[in-house]
Amino acid sequence: MTKSELIQRLAELNPHLYQRDVEKIVTTIFDEISEALARGDRVELRGFGAFSVKRRDARVGRNPRTGDSVQVTEKAIPFFKTGKQLRERLNTDE
Amino acid sequence: MPENTVTRALLSEAVYQEVGLSRNESADLVETVINEISDALARGEMVKISSFGSFSVRQKGRRVGRNPKTGEEVPIMPRRVLVFRASHVLKERVNRVAADTEDLGQTVRVG
Repeated sequence: MTKSELIQRLAELNPHLYQRDVEKIVTTIFDEISEALARGDRVELRGFGAFSVKRRDARVGRNPRTGDSVQVTEKAIPFFKTGKQLRERLNTDE
Repeated sequence: MPENTVTRALLSEAVYQEVGLSRNESADLVETVINEISDALARGEMVKISSFGSFSVRQKGRRVGRNPKTGEEVPIMPRRVLVFRASHVLKERVNRVAADTEDLGQTVRVG
């Protein structure tokens, strides 16, 4: 499923809404999650999962081709932990 | 770093502010979006949200694990797990703040 298929599906379920509003709803949700992560906040959606930001310390890495040492700066990476309910759903036959 | 937790309530509020539907309907729509994504994943489908990231379902084989407390060997059954991969856009957004708030002398990046 892609973002546009999700929008399509949401539009079908809500025929009273304008297509542009449905697009705005989906965009707003993911923008809001991204913004929260950019602030360093956690986003917890019970039953679905939680998004958070993990920090990776600066380290000396290596260029795998040449073997040269390279300084890798500290960085932040978005992380997702699956919620209990969804994890269980993935493992039950429906 | 003080860390706040964002929940469905804030997402609904944002939809309410942006789209101008009632608070109730905004909350219902947030729930529907989460449910549709969950349903697709439960069917084993991959979910790709451009400029955000993708969720995919991966099949894991049986392996032998260990109870860390007792050291006892326990079989871990084959199972399906969810993997989230953040898009480049999201990775950059998350890092822009880190680079702004801290004085990082180095700008060399690998990979």
